[in-house]
Order: sequence, then structure tokens, then C-alpha cells
Amino acid sequence: MILHPGILALLLGALLVILLMLYACIIGFGVLRHWDRSSYSQQQLELERRTYLISTMVNYALGFQALSLLLFIYTVDSLHPLFIGAMCATGTLNANPVGWDVLLVKIPVFFLAWLWVIVNHYDLQVEDSPLVRPKYAALFGLLPLVVLDSWRQFRYFTGLDPQIITSCCGSLFNQSGKGIASSLAALPVVPMVWVFYLWLLMLLILLLLAFKFNSSALRYLLALAAFMLLPVGLASVISFISIYIYEMPTHHCPFDLLQGGYHFIGYPLYLGLFGTVLCGLVPGLMRLLQIFAPGLGQVFKKRERFWLFSMLIFLLLLLVLVSRPLLFGSFTLQAYL
Amino acid sequence: MMRQLKILDFAIASLRRRKGKSLSIILVFAFTVAALSSVLLLTHALRSEATQLLAGAPDLVVQRIIAGRHDLIPGSYQEKIEKIPGVKAVTPRLWGYYYDSLTSSNFTLLGIGDDAPRGLPLLAGRLPKAPDECAIGSGIAEFRGVTIGDDLYLINQENLGVGFTIVGLFSAQSNLLTHDLIILEKETLRKFFAIPPGLNTDLAVAVYNPQEVNMVAQKIKREFPAARPITHDEIVRTYDAVFNWRSGMLLSIFSVALVAFCILAWDKATGLSAEERREIGVLKALGWDTGDVLLLKFWEGMFIALTAFLLGLTAALIHVFWLGAPLLAMVVKGWSVLFPEFRLVPYIDLQQIFILAFLTIVPYLVSTVIPCWRAAVTDPDSVMRG
Repeated sequence: MILHPGILALLLGALLVILLMLYACIIGFGVLRHWDRSSYSQQQLELERRTYLISTMVNYALGFQALSLLLFIYTVDSLHPLFIGAMCATGTLNANPVGWDVLLVKIPVFFLAWLWVIVNHYDLQVEDSPLVRPKYAALFGLLPLVVLDSWRQFRYFTGLDPQIITSCCGSLFNQSGKGIASSLAALPVVPMVWVFYLWLLMLLILLLLAFKFNSSALRYLLALAAFMLLPVGLASVISFISIYIYEMPTHHCPFDLLQGGYHFIGYPLYLGLFGTVLCGLVPGLMRLLQIFAPGLGQVFKKRERFWLFSMLIFLLLLLVLVSRPLLFGSFTLQAYL
Repeated sequence: MMRQLKILDFAIASLRRRKGKSLSIILVFAFTVAALSSVLLLTHALRSEATQLLAGAPDLVVQRIIAGRHDLIPGSYQEKIEKIPGVKAVTPRLWGYYYDSLTSSNFTLLGIGDDAPRGLPLLAGRLPKAPDECAIGSGIAEFRGVTIGDDLYLINQENLGVGFTIVGLFSAQSNLLTHDLIILEKETLRKFFAIPPGLNTDLAVAVYNPQEVNMVAQKIKREFPAARPITHDEIVRTYDAVFNWRSGMLLSIFSVALVAFCILAWDKATGLSAEERREIGVLKALGWDTGDVLLLKFWEGMFIALTAFLLGLTAALIHVFWLGAPLLAMVVKGWSVLFPEFRLVPYIDLQQIFILAFLTIVPYLVSTVIPCWRAAVTDPDSVMRG
């Protein structure tokens, strides 16, 4: 294991998150069992007080969890000089393949954590917190994910050995290679550009329609399209966004973007992508929850425009960052098309 | 937004009403942050210093190993390595360590040939030309109390005292490289250490194409099984790992202090004074609900944490970059007795601040969650009745 300060911070953070979540689940179990909205007993009062403790703890825990994704990427990227053959985060992740599994859990947990925190926020504003039971039931679903994430992260970092000769993005994201990364890199550029821009256009139209019309179906559609933007966006990054930013037709790495040599452009780019997805999911999810808890509609009505507007901002950010090198960069793919 | 700002305003006002308690927490917290961040800042600065220095190191150093120990390398190696395609030049190097019983410290002795440059920007005087001349680093000048024109006496391999006239003195700017350095003529050094002719300490190999360094190293290893080629990349990686390990080690030790601090924070947050209880009681009677009080407590915690974090970070910056980290240097720098004193280049990056915040603010917030909640759910009725 490498005693890198970032690794220590991540492991400590993971431990604290687990402790908080575990404690919240233990108390949440009592709340789930005895919760009775219509009761005026001392016990119900006590339970209502505990919901505050639980939501504070879970807010902290999931907030740290969301930050840890950023720290994880940053740490993995800064560790690469320790490994022979590694030139960016890809090499560090390859040095112990469990690293990819960490990302596979961390990204979904990131979204689920944010959605839980947002739903909880609005639910607490409703007089009788109608979603207490589903929320706490969801906590029991989140806990194993958080534990799995921490466990994999622990295994990844303890299994890292600087003696390992690893392979970097050049060989992993190689067009002629085998495996999922290579097939993503080999996606034909022109159709992928079309898919990406048409998808963004569709999102934009849905978004503008959602501003105008108050239909639930529209919000579900928007949420679905936003959700699908995640795979579409990540595939586009590997397939064509990366090569236009690196100005190199063979370089498909999604992590080199995060380095200083490319002005850290990856951070705003991924912020735009993840932000669009998250903000697009919220209105649809809230509509869905309103079926079970009509009181939520009143509270969320005023705030919905905020989420739609945020989504618009993130979408435009993504659009600008991707289009700038395509339109104004000196690099063209003409000879390769 | 306005509501959050108002609550923050109220939180700061209420912290000011309890000056003693808030200040004590902030100070202890700031001290913990300062200890942790000194470690991170110092190791990071040293690492970037080392990386910069190593940029000028040779592509490949070839040593000879006998029975697992470093041995002198014969001239035949040089001729054969020069013939490997891609090799630009092979320079034999002659150097060694000298234990000085007078000052009980280690000096580094380096021999230079005729090809060495005669004047250097950081050198007062010149490099040695005659067998009885030498140039020294500022650390040696200071320890031995000598300067240009004086004689430096060393004990050679045969236990005889040898005097060298000091003709050059390296300035303090080059300290990290030259602090404990004595430069002699190559043949003088050979005689001083009684090294047989034709043998050298190691070989510095320059390679035209940096991508071929590993291949050249493999070929050398195949040709001479007793050789140990060390590539430039390997040295950089080793330094990186060593500094990471040292800072991680120190961080683990200091984390005990962090735990102690968290216990203190928990204790302080739990022990609500009668006045604070009354304050919360009044607030709730005035119409604040539990969520508002929790928000108030959150902003209080954030205010304390951020103030302490900034104070601690500033203290660490002063400690490391202005004072030269007197409290930590011994552990982090290395084993040598004669420490170079040098000014580190102030450098912080976002990642370090992020890591520090994660290491310090997160545990603090976590350790105050439950006490804050206990305070927030207090019944106004029971508190005000006393």
C-alpha cells in the first residue's frame, strides 16, 4: 500500500461515511417500525426528533461521499508517476484492476446520494414529511452500496504496488484492441458526433418544452433522456471529444483531460455532463414521488424552475466546452474521414 | 439564500457572545490543522525541489554489484557500453563519502576531470586545477570555519592528514546540491581514497532518445550481469515514493492528535452551558423549529472549522516556507547530519487544500453532529422553566 495523503484522506472519509450511515440506519430502523403520522404520542414526537438527526447525518455522509468521487479521481491521477508505464489515471487504475470497479460503484452512488439528499430536503419542508418510510427504506439500499464502495476502495489502495508495470491509456483506449474501452474508442467519429449533438438538441427541446408546459410525461421523458446522456456523453468523450481536445487522432483517454497540460478542462466538462444528468433527473423524480405524496407538489412547484434552469446552464456549459475545439480548434479530422 | 446569510450572521454573533469557548476550540483546531498541513506542504515542496534537481541527472547510471554490494566499476565496462547503439556518451564518475570525526558529519567528495567547466555562476572563486586545491560547499565552510585561501585538512585512506587550499566556495543558493560537497581533482581523489587506477565509482550514460533508455538498460544488464543500471525515471519514482511514505507516516502519527481533537470537540459541543440551553429555548419559543436550530449549529460549526482551517494553513505556510520547517525537517529530509539549510519555494496546489479539508473539517463536523442534534431538540418548555 502507498501511504499517499490523498489515500489516507479517502480511507478516513470512507470510514466516517460508513459510521454515519450505519448509525443513521440503526435509528432509521426504529423510526420505520414505529412511525405513525397520525399519532400524537410521546413516542411519535421522539421519532420525529430523530428524523432530524438522521437527515443531518445522512446529508453529511452523502455530501462527503459525493466529494470523495472528486478526490478519488484527483488522487488516482496524481499517483501515476509512481507506476512504470502509467501516464495518467488510466495507468493507476490498471495497476490494480479493482480500481475500475470502484468507479463503477462510486459514480452511481454519487447520483443516488444527491437524489436522496434533494428528495429529503423537499420532504422535510412538507408539514408531515410524507416520504419518511420510502426514504428510510432507501437508506437500507444505499448502505450496502456505500460499504461496497469503501470496501473496493480499500482493496484497491491496499493492492497497489509500485513494482507493477501497468499499461496506460495509449494501449487501453486503442482502436484496434479488444475489450469495452477499445470498442468505445473505435466508435466511428462522424456518427458519434451526430448522436451526441442530436441528443443534446433533443434534451434542449424537451427542456424548453418543460419550461412552457406543466406535463408530467414531459418530465419523465426529460429524466429518461438526461439519464441516457450519461452513457452517450461518456462514449462521446472517449470517441471524439478527447481527440479534438488533445488534437491527436489516436489519443482517446478520458482522464488526461483532467491534467494541467490541457488546462484542467476535464473538470468543467465532467461538471457540465454530471450536472446536466442530475438536474434533468430531479423534476421527473419529484413528479413520480408526488403520486405517493401529493403534499410534495405544493413545495416543489416553486423550486422546479430552479432545477430546469440549472440544467440549462450545465447543458450550455457542456455544449460550449465540446463545441469550441470542434469549431475553432486548428485540428481537423479531414484526412481520416 | 438570504435566510442562510441571516442565520450565519446570527451564528457568528452567538459565537462572539461565547468568546472564550469559541476561541479555545478554534485555537486547538488551528493547531491540529497547522501540524497536518506542515507535513503535507513540506513534503510536497521537497518533492518538487527534488524533481527539479533530478531533471539534470544523467539518463542512466550504471553501477557494479558484487555480492549484493556496490563495487567499483572497471574501465572495460565503459568501452563496451559506448558501443551500444543509441548511447551518446559514457562518463566515468569518481566520488565517495568521507566521515569527518571533527564535526561528526558526512561529507561528499567528488572528483572532476579536465573537462569540467572552470567557472560556475554559483561559485565564488574557481574549481580546483592542481592536486592540492579544492572547492567546498557553504556547509563545510561554516562547520570547519574556513573560507577561500585557507587550508582544509582531511584524513586520507592511509590515515595521514592531507591539506588542500580552498580555491572555490559554492554560494548558499546551490545548497541542496553542494552543502556538504568537496570537489577535488580526479587523480587527487583517487589517491586520497586509494582507489586502484582504471576503476571508477560508477558510469553516467547519456542516451540520445529518452524512449530508448529502458532498452539500453536491458542491453547493459545482458552484457554485464554484474551491472546495475538505474534509469532516471526510477530515481524520480523512488523519490516520489519515499516522500509519499514519509508524509503518510507523519500524517498517521498526527492523526492521533486529530482524534484527540475530535474528542475535545465532541466534549465541548456536548457540554452546553445553561445560558446556551436558555438561548435555544427562547429561539424555539419564538418560532424557530428544530431544522432552523440545526442550521444555526451547522453554520456555527462551519464558521469555526473554516476560521481554524485558514489560521492553521497560514501558520503552516509561515512555519514551512518562512521559517524552514524547523520542527519537521529532521524527520522528513533524511538521515544526514549536515543538513542543508535552504529556502523552499512556496507552492500549494488545490489538491493539498482539498485533502487537508477532507482530513480535518470532515472529522470535526462528524464529531459534532450528535451533540448539535441533542441541543436542537431541546424542549423550550423544559428549558425555560429551568
